[in-house]
Amino acid sequence: MAGPVPGHDVFRASHFRASHAIQSPRDGGAGGGVSYFLIQTLNGVQYGFLLFLVASGLTLIFGIMGVINLAHGAFYMVGAYLAWWLAERTGSLFLAVVLALPVTVLLGLAIERFGIRFLYDRDHMYQVLFTYGLILVLNEAQRVLFGNDVHGVQAPQWLAGTIPLSEAQTYPVYRLFISVACVGVAGALYLLIQRTRLGMVIRAGSTHREMVAALGFDIARLFMAVFGLGAALAAFAGMVASPVSTVYPGMGDNILILSFVVVVIGGIGSIKGAFAGAMLVGVADTFGRVLLPTGAGVTVYAVMALVLLWRPQGLFGRTL
Amino acid sequence: MPRYSRASLALIAGGILLLALFPLWGDTFYIRFFSRIMIYALFAMSLDLLVGYAGLVSLGHAAFFGVGAYAVAGLVNKAGITELWVVLPVALLSAAALSAAIGWISIRTAGVYFIMITLALAQMAYYFFNDQLYWGGTDGMNIAQRPTLGLGDVALIDLNNRVQFYYVTLACLAGVFALLSVILRSPFGRALVGIRANEGRMRALGYDVQTYKLIAFVVAGTLAGLAGFLEATRSTFATPAYLGWHESGHVLMIVILGGMGTLFGPVIGAFVLLLMEDFFATLTDRWLLIEGLFVMAVALLMPQGIAGLPRRIAALTAARRENGDG
Amino acid sequence: MKRSRRTFLKQAAAGTAVAGAAAFVPTRFAIGQKAKLKIGLMLPYTGTYAGLGNNITDAMNLRLAEAGNKLGGREFDIVKLDDESAPPKGKDNAARLLVREKCDLLIGTVHSGVVLAMAQVAKEENKFLIVPNAGAGDVTRKGCAPKLFRTSFTNWQPSFPCGDVALKDGHKTAVTMTWNYPAGHEMTQAFKDSFTKGGGKVVKDILIDFPSVEFQAGLTEIASLKPDCVFVFFAGAGALKYMKDYDAAGIKARIPLYGPGFLTDGVYKQAGAAASGIKTTLHYADDLDLPLNKKFREAFKKKTTRDADVYAVQGYDTGTFLVQGLAAVKGDIAADKALIKAWESAKIDSPRGAFTLSKEHNPIQDIYLRQVWGGEERYLGVAHKALADPGTGCKMA
Repeated sequence: MAGPVPGHDVFRASHFRASHAIQSPRDGGAGGGVSYFLIQTLNGVQYGFLLFLVASGLTLIFGIMGVINLAHGAFYMVGAYLAWWLAERTGSLFLAVVLALPVTVLLGLAIERFGIRFLYDRDHMYQVLFTYGLILVLNEAQRVLFGNDVHGVQAPQWLAGTIPLSEAQTYPVYRLFISVACVGVAGALYLLIQRTRLGMVIRAGSTHREMVAALGFDIARLFMAVFGLGAALAAFAGMVASPVSTVYPGMGDNILILSFVVVVIGGIGSIKGAFAGAMLVGVADTFGRVLLPTGAGVTVYAVMALVLLWRPQGLFGRTL
Repeated sequence: MPRYSRASLALIAGGILLLALFPLWGDTFYIRFFSRIMIYALFAMSLDLLVGYAGLVSLGHAAFFGVGAYAVAGLVNKAGITELWVVLPVALLSAAALSAAIGWISIRTAGVYFIMITLALAQMAYYFFNDQLYWGGTDGMNIAQRPTLGLGDVALIDLNNRVQFYYVTLACLAGVFALLSVILRSPFGRALVGIRANEGRMRALGYDVQTYKLIAFVVAGTLAGLAGFLEATRSTFATPAYLGWHESGHVLMIVILGGMGTLFGPVIGAFVLLLMEDFFATLTDRWLLIEGLFVMAVALLMPQGIAGLPRRIAALTAARRENGDG
Repeated sequence: MKRSRRTFLKQAAAGTAVAGAAAFVPTRFAIGQKAKLKIGLMLPYTGTYAGLGNNITDAMNLRLAEAGNKLGGREFDIVKLDDESAPPKGKDNAARLLVREKCDLLIGTVHSGVVLAMAQVAKEENKFLIVPNAGAGDVTRKGCAPKLFRTSFTNWQPSFPCGDVALKDGHKTAVTMTWNYPAGHEMTQAFKDSFTKGGGKVVKDILIDFPSVEFQAGLTEIASLKPDCVFVFFAGAGALKYMKDYDAAGIKARIPLYGPGFLTDGVYKQAGAAASGIKTTLHYADDLDLPLNKKFREAFKKKTTRDADVYAVQGYDTGTFLVQGLAAVKGDIAADKALIKAWESAKIDSPRGAFTLSKEHNPIQDIYLRQVWGGEERYLGVAHKALADPGTGCKMA
């Protein structure tokens, strides 16, 4: 029998996507003109939001700590698996998220404390190598602990319905919720970065690390905080997207590459860039699939190449 | 910089001799396995040129490896061409062309951007082969026939013969080793090392740094294509996985494990890692976990790789002696 | 420092030599036929298809135990290998079993991409390969060989009759949807063959990136195209999600869903109401009223506490296949011609109904129509009697 192996294939970076509405065009023909276009844009934006959560952590970690963390996608996966596992046992996805988030943050902190810490001033290559090994370890650990199967996650009952948008269009409520949740988190992140003391230190640390240390801030704790924050963001994205994307081995690898693309487009170290890059990637990917089904996977990378030809440091990155 | 003392040369020659004699008493499974290891050693050497000498950390090197393999698949399966003197140059040219394209875009950046961009562009190549049914799609393509080398009706080399293939691979490995040694000893090679040490200084000295990097990138990519050609011939199989980032990460692992910045380091790394993988795979299904832990340990504790061990041990013992513990 | 480096390199070379020498030790020495038969079993034991691999293995072992764990009077050892459903490793894994472990014959696998690699290695090593599941057409078409046998199906077989079923239900237009990879194409092409031959029109083929399970884009398109019916191929968790998404999108009520049995097999219970009404065609149905089927299902449930499915049946039949073939040559695996002849003329009594093999070594079997309703998948009748795969391109026949 044929072998569709959702997510099993570590090599394959498939795409998870937010859905869009089912549409019956009023004119009875195929396609639907303006509303179809709007729905696709909405989908692209939704997808972009999820990417933003993951990519923002990645770009923060690099911008402030100077560490390239290939295992970032693993937090996404750990979050999703924990959410699934806890949701099955507690019966509530919401409760599962509340419980799983601190666990993932602790995991992130442990990884920082016992591994990443030793790589700060090393050549990027060793960071790449170390975190690549970490991916292997975390992926295999997941298989050992949670098994090899693909699992569905139930959205909470009160979010499981659909909303009629018009006479023939419905939209799953949960997918709207994903957008809302992401906007909320993005907003909280913005407030954190712009309005709190920690955020101020983060902003300073991303451009003048030595100065911040010289001023007496505990860099070690700052780094731990940033790493933990990055892990939490990625984990939350994984948790909130799990009812839509299902939970499967190697799911972190898929989102990691896309996050890289987002960070490269947006500029390393820039949250603004991560947002712009994520939206661009989300929309480009969505429309790429709709307009060019066979060349779909390539669209995002083509966009990235174009951006880099124009601005090698990314849209909002510091000039190299 | 590979300036070999007479002793080292003797050892390298000894190593080659050992490999050459191996098929005489080796188990048939291991002859094939060693062929595979040597192919990966070649692949890793080409990456070492970039990582160890030019200082360019590419996480997308597998793309050129895969393109070499698919060139073989395309010519044999789709065009029915099996003559080696056509298939090999096409494979090399394809890899060269792709590396020129990817290199041209990537070299405009540096540092972490370079790593990420090489990764992402290689993924693009991956998707190209993965999504098109023409290339067999995600399941890959079985290659109908191995390339042939003959004059008229006489076959000069039969690549279906495992032992002959083994020697062809060994010859390629030794040849590439010699070639890279020569390149690295030339003014070009020294300029590369200079660029890795201090790019700004080289630029100030008037070197066209970007061009040097690009040339190194293309040379490395072409050699990776040679490895891909050999692998496709060995396994009669081409799969998108050959271009994937897992493959790129794997070969980077080999280079660093073996010791980058030395040409024989990747060879050692290939033997050690692949034999280790084989060994652990017989013990447990979860051998990747062990490999991951091993890689993490190497990154933290053995940055100079196996080839750098003697240096480190010597340095440690020298330091201890200096401190008067002697 | 030079000295330690020299010493080190010497040691490294010596170490490599030792490793090489160790490889030389032969693993097994077979003395005539009294030695145990060595069977290589290559299946997925990890990954999404672990369940299938386990079912095939357990059912095959069940059957072999029923035969007293002897094949043609000869004892055997089974060497299991997890192929992880990974095509890139297919060749090396098959070589490990056939060359290093020196297995006498090879059985496997589930994934079509992997089986093609296995077939090529088996042909090179001139050993028998028996396929208990993978439906890649090539194995019994273009790539057929005297020593390649299959006890399961081709991707074409269960899908082909579905076109007629849809036409009989009065549908004139259809849309197909599947993963963009060879097996998916083979399945939908088979449906198209029969559907268009009977006057139907396939309006569009929607392909989803493999192995993504984000179907919404395709479902949106289906809703806007408004065909009479939809034919899809997905399997495992993907199939489960598809049925749920199809229902959640509200299309199921208006546009009936069809597919080969893999769409529902093993997952329809979890889909609940979302699976209700879906018609599928397959060479097996759980509630087939055959004495062997009932007996088999009971025995399988007793042994494994799991319900038997089509994969278990195929594993069981592989056991029967082995027993019958090796009995005919009294355990002498080296009697190639006799064994091939025995297998080519074998009549397998199976829980799916008795079947024989075509000239290309693929089962000629009845394809049944099933439908999910009332929480159960029920057998409706025979969709196509004694269907043989066309075997195009096979030069053996």
